[in-house]
This record gives sequence, C-alpha cells and structure tokens, in this order.
Amino acid sequence: MTIAASKFESLELQGVGRSFGGIDALVDLNLTVRAGEFIALLGPSGCGKSTALNCLAGLLPLTHGQILIDGKRVDTVAAENRGFGMVFQNYALFPHLTVEKNIAFGLQMRKVPKPELKSRVAEAIALVKLEQHAKKLPGQLSGGQQQRVAIARAVVMEPRLVLMDEPLSNLDAKLRLEMRTEIRRLHQSLGLTTLYVTHDQEEALSMADRLVVLRDGRVQQIGTPEQLHNSPVNWHVADFMGYRNLIDLDVTAVHGSTVTVEDRGFILRGTAVQPVTVGAKVRAAIRPEDLVVVSSAVPVQGGNTTTATVSVVEYHGREFAVGVTTPGGRGLHVRSDHAPAVGSVVELTADPARVLVFPADPIDPSTLSIEERELAEVRR
Amino acid sequence: MSAPTIARPKPTKSTKSTASLRHRLAERGIDTSLLMLVPALFFALALFVYPFSYGIGLTFQPTSAIQQQWGAGVFSNYAAFFKDPFVFDSIWLTMRLALPAALFNVVASIPVAFKLRQRFRGKKFLTTLLVLPITLGTVLTAQGLLIFAGRQGWLNRFLLQIGVIHQPLALVNNTLGVMFSLIISGFPFAFLLISSYLSGIDPSIEAAAKTMGADWKQRFRRVILPLLAPGLATTFILTFVLAFSVFPSARLVGDAMGSTRVMALMAYRAFGEQTDYGMASTIAIMMGAVELVVIAIVLLWRSSMYKGSTGGKG
Repeated sequence: MTIAASKFESLELQGVGRSFGGIDALVDLNLTVRAGEFIALLGPSGCGKSTALNCLAGLLPLTHGQILIDGKRVDTVAAENRGFGMVFQNYALFPHLTVEKNIAFGLQMRKVPKPELKSRVAEAIALVKLEQHAKKLPGQLSGGQQQRVAIARAVVMEPRLVLMDEPLSNLDAKLRLEMRTEIRRLHQSLGLTTLYVTHDQEEALSMADRLVVLRDGRVQQIGTPEQLHNSPVNWHVADFMGYRNLIDLDVTAVHGSTVTVEDRGFILRGTAVQPVTVGAKVRAAIRPEDLVVVSSAVPVQGGNTTTATVSVVEYHGREFAVGVTTPGGRGLHVRSDHAPAVGSVVELTADPARVLVFPADPIDPSTLSIEERELAEVRR
Repeated sequence: MSAPTIARPKPTKSTKSTASLRHRLAERGIDTSLLMLVPALFFALALFVYPFSYGIGLTFQPTSAIQQQWGAGVFSNYAAFFKDPFVFDSIWLTMRLALPAALFNVVASIPVAFKLRQRFRGKKFLTTLLVLPITLGTVLTAQGLLIFAGRQGWLNRFLLQIGVIHQPLALVNNTLGVMFSLIISGFPFAFLLISSYLSGIDPSIEAAAKTMGADWKQRFRRVILPLLAPGLATTFILTFVLAFSVFPSARLVGDAMGSTRVMALMAYRAFGEQTDYGMASTIAIMMGAVELVVIAIVLLWRSSMYKGSTGGKG
C-alpha cells in the first residue's frame, strides 16, 4: 500500500469563530487534534458544525482565532493549498468526468507524473472496490458508489486531514452501516486524521475517537464516546446523547453527590453532576434503558423506586418500550421485560448512578432556537 | 437463449388486451386531449407553413428583368443573389455584426453572472440595471444612441470640451453604432440565460475542486466551463439569431445602404423599393440558410461536450 496520510504532529484550533453579518455561527472553538485521530463534530442542525468544517477547509474565512498545524498557521493559506481532503454531503463529484478522472483530478492539479498518477488512482479505486466502475460517469452510479468515489478522491491525495461533512446522511439505513465500517477501516488502514461532521449521535459514538458536541455555535463538551455517553456535562448534551427523559424536579435531600428529587409525588434518587442544594430546581436526565419496570426478573435497584401509569406499550424485539405517565402528569419513556397492561400502575426503578441531576439553567427563551422553544413548551 | 428446451406456452388470448378500443387508443396517445393541439396546429399552418412554402415558391418565379440580367431560368433569383456583389456581400456584412456581437454578449456575461451568483449588497439593483435594456425597444435604444453618441451628441461635445479629442468620434451611422445597439439589446438576454445555467451548477462542485488544489483558472477551465458549455452554446445561438436578423438599428444607427446593409435590409429593399417579392423571398431564404449553417456548427461542437445533469448528485 503506497497511499498513506501525510504526517504532522498536531492540529490546533485556537478560539476559532465565524460570524455571518453579526450572527455568531461558531464561537471560540478550541481543539487540539493529534495525528491519526478520528474526531466527530456532533450537534443538531444549525449548531455550527458545518461552519467549523468549512472554516477548516478554507472555504469560509475565519472571523476569529487561528488554526495551526505543528505551530504553523494554516488559516491564512488558500483552500487549494491546504492539502486537506474533503468529502461533501452531496458528494460533489464532477458530473462530466469518469470515476477515474474524478479521482485523478487532484493529482493532476498537483502535477503528479503520469505513471505515478495512474498507479495511485488504480490503488484508490481498488481501495473503495470500484474497479468495474472506473470508466463510468458519476450519474451512472448508485448513491453508495458515488460516496465511495468521493472518499477515494479525497484519500488519493494523501491529505494531512480528511474532512467529512455528513457523508452518510443521503444513504439508506443499511448502506449507512456498511459505509460507517468502510470509513473507519480506511481511516485505520491509511492512518488518516479525520474530522467528521454528523448530527447522528450513534454514528459519532461508533466511529470517533473523540467527540465535540456543539450547540448554537458553542462547544458543550469534548470527550471520548464513553465520557459523553456516561457523563454528559449538561442536560443539552444529555438530551443529545440519548437521555430521552428530561424531567424538571425539586431537590428534597442531599447526601454527598446523591440527591433525592421530587415532582408532585414522583420521587427518585439520582447523582448530582454539579453540587446542588435542597430546594434547588434541577433537571434529571435518564435514558429509557436505565428506567425500567420492576418485575419478577427485574429487582428494584438501590431502593430507588417510584410509580407511574402505563399509557403506551411498543414491542421492540427483546424488550418493550413503555410510555408511562407520572402522578404529576408527565410522560416518560421506560423499558420493560414484559408487556404491562395499558392503564395499570407499575413500579419503576433506576440505578441512582444512572439518574443524572443537572442544575436547571435559567432558560432565556431568546437564546433558544425555535425547535428548542417548542420542545421546552412541550416538556413544561 | 439458444437451447429451446423449455416449452413455453405460446402467447394466447390471455395476453391480448381485453380493454375497449377507446382505452387501447388512449394507451397509444390517441384521445380527446389531442384536440388541445388544434389552435397551435392551425396557427402553425396558417402563419408559418403556408406562407413559408409560398415564399419558397416565389423564389422560383424571377421577374423578367432579373432573368434577362442573370439568366439561369427559374434559379435566376439565386443566381442574382450570388453574383450581385451588392447583395451577396450583405452576408459578410451581417456576419461581421452578428458574430462579434453574439460572442461579446456571451463572453461578457460569464464574469458578470459569476459575480452575481454570490450574495452582496446591491445585487438586486445591479441585476435590475443589467436587465432593464430588455424593456427598451430597439427604436428607443437607437434614438438614445443617436442623441448620446452622435456627432453633436453629449459624449462628443463633452470629450471635445475637455480636450481629449479634436474631431468628433464617428460612433453612430456606421458598423460601430449597430454593434452598440446589438450589445445593449442582446447582453441582458445572454446574461439572464447564462445566470440561470450557472445557478444550475452545484457550488459544492467548485468547492470540491478547490479543496483538491485547483486554483480559479483550473477550476474554471476544468470544471465550470465543461459544465457550462451547453448553456453557452444555446445562449450564443439565441443571441446570434437575434443579432443576425438585425433590422431597425441597422437602419437607424447604421449606414443603411453602405457598411451596414444587412441581409434583412436587403430583403426589405427588394420588397419595399423594387417590389420584387421573388428576390426578397430569396434573400430571406438565404438568410435562414446562413443562420442554420452557424447553428449547425455550434450544435456540432456542443454535441461533443458533456450534456448530463450538473447537480451535485449527478
């Protein structure tokens, strides 16, 4: 294998920001990427993740901060001279060039000698298994094949950094899973450094070495998949990482980091992420998988139990997804190993360590996006 | 398959349509909706096919004067067209106006359309300004040109007064004047067409070329131009045809019997001044023939280019 990533030690983003006509799309992004890392930028649409990627690629000029590679500034270098590979959401293949010529384009721009160009293109095509389609135009390929061409076109340049902008979002579910593995395989076998933008938390968790969660252009948390999955720093990140139950409650007792929280007859014990005091308004985040219906096979965990009324039961294969209503009239998503009758009262339990209690930040509605405002309204 | 081992049941009655005749005809596109074509068909026959054939017929009925002067029997009108330099040279004179005007309109539109693809302050105003000349008639444009750029026009007087020139510039009543007029009326067309073709090219394709190390010249030549070429060809043909059939401005701001005696003017002269309908038709037919030759050449070139989608997904 001759295709291999060009080497560098570290890529540093220092206070990178971008505003459009006074509106901040990205604020103060600080991130150090080590060579060979797979970093995912994760966040809901409009959070600034694509802005960050375009700034890095040089397609958008920065308005704040700088980008350094091994201490040398690259944000002042034109996009065509940065030597980064980029894979676009809509693939952005040249529709008038064959697969081969699409892949060769970048090498031709660099005036790579013909014999070397030929062997590298052939290798890149083999890498993404498109040998039979080398002479076809992009329009004659399926979505997944086009995506492979886009990836081959980026990696054939042996880029210092590969930027991927939601590359799988236009593919169907099955193909997405295959391409996920494929991208991860290429990343490892070529020793690429990859920055990957996605709004799919599952995709990010499964592929990345480290995740950067963005919201409203601001970094919420940077960490490994485990860190983000198990200990989100605030309820926004928790919300994004699959903690579907976000409940507003009051603190009634504090024992170290274990706190008891209550809302109109719904009482749980949980773990405070930040110190809270009795009487404080808090927001508890619980994954549906961690809040389960007590049955003969599922004992109460840590004496942490409460009751609710079953409203919906869905069959999910190995288990049942159950929608319950608390005495206070709040809807929750829980799991059960059996199908409880709709309308019956069930006992719920959760490991106090898996009930994360966050200070409910005073919500200023003006800082929320329309979607979030609607969500907040629904939850109230 | 070469080995007919499996005896397939012969297509029997079961495959034959059991639908009514009306349904079967509708399947082949024959139904009452065809009546919607009647008005268009009527006008096409009455206003194009019949007059056109009649005109062709006229070209083979030369007047006795023409026949005596040029001979060649029923083809006498054509003989006159090719042998009379005053008439024949009008092809070259029209070409000399229409080709550069069409080329200029297309080439000048490209950078403007590029700039106007981006967002910037005053974009709407600039677009309006560029498209506005479409609303002016040719006569108004010609009148304006005469007043502005004539010998006693504002421009010449201004330049004389500030001492840049000592003799008034001859900007109208010649080829240059007609050229200005063709550009004023043709540019907005070219610009609008090319803008719409350009907006059909996904900007991320260009961004991709950028990240692959192509500078703006390479991006334009290797990516944008091949994708834009069909649009450029179409635009060129349209503006060329517009310019080739120039008539009012050739007469008003040109030199009607001299350097800008374009084909349309020659046909008009044969028809209006010499009341020789046969000769007028001959010139008109030849005008069409010349246009067709140019269009054929452009289309031939275009057919060698990529013609598919220019969207990102291909």
